[in-house]
Amino acid sequence: MSAARVGVVTFPGTLDDQDAARAVRLAGAEAVPLWHADHDLKGVDAVFLPGGFSYGDYLRCGAISRFSPLMTELIPAAQAGLPVLGTCNGFQILCEAHLLPGALTRNEGLHYICRDQRIRVESTRTAWTADFTDGQEIVLPIKHGEGRYVADADTLAALEGEGRVVFRYAGGNPNGSLNDIAGITNEAGNIVGLMPHPEHAVEELTGAPSVDGRHFFTSILKRLVNA
Amino acid sequence: MARVIVDVMLKPEILDPQGQAIARALPRLGFSGVSEVRQGKRFEVELDGPADEAALSDVRKMAETLLANTVIEDFSIRVEG
Repeated sequence: MSAARVGVVTFPGTLDDQDAARAVRLAGAEAVPLWHADHDLKGVDAVFLPGGFSYGDYLRCGAISRFSPLMTELIPAAQAGLPVLGTCNGFQILCEAHLLPGALTRNEGLHYICRDQRIRVESTRTAWTADFTDGQEIVLPIKHGEGRYVADADTLAALEGEGRVVFRYAGGNPNGSLNDIAGITNEAGNIVGLMPHPEHAVEELTGAPSVDGRHFFTSILKRLVNA
Repeated sequence: MARVIVDVMLKPEILDPQGQAIARALPRLGFSGVSEVRQGKRFEVELDGPADEAALSDVRKMAETLLANTVIEDFSIRVEG
């Protein structure tokens, strides 16, 4: 059987695509580079939107990327069930594309934050979190200036009521996110966005605070193999 | 030729830490009597033709799809001049 193929998208200004591809390969999948200007998903089984400053964060984080040729292919595919993970700028792009509700705004304290962060896993029912246990606390790096999750009261109530808050900050809220939200999923559970960086926490060698990020990629691999 | 101004502001219920920081800086500069500052964006859209109904309808679509994120921002449109 051929390896599962996970696309890793590069926009101008993307920073984390190499780490993302490496994390995908470490889990045993094939990392397929996807270019923002191509109308081509290359038949991948899942897509990883990594972090960075796509299009220089001009206008709003993710606002320009969301209209790129690749995204015009990805949006309907994701709506049809293709597993998609967005971290940091990838999460911002997913919100701008309305694949996930709400938005990411300037951190409450205005500072860019770069640190290791405790995070509680609130849902293992998504394509990307099945290998965690509900309530598990993990440590992942965060590095963002605009990570304060906001949504209107009805949207927040729906996210909470439907168990779609996937990750919550633990041991202090770094950016003022409503309800301490660090990551969410869509109704079907195939699209997950979070501000922390699992792709930076897959190897001891890199000085990562943990290797908890590996479970994102083992989760999606099991999903794809069993599909 | 016409110029259309699009003002984009965070919705009132969305926290604006940048505006707060500006408001906190004003007293240090000797300005008093300011209770709040909210920061927004202003876009100057130059049209090839007149700002007629069709053109303004297009600008409204631009604002809804790109210039503003209506999840967190409101916008207003006016013709300058």
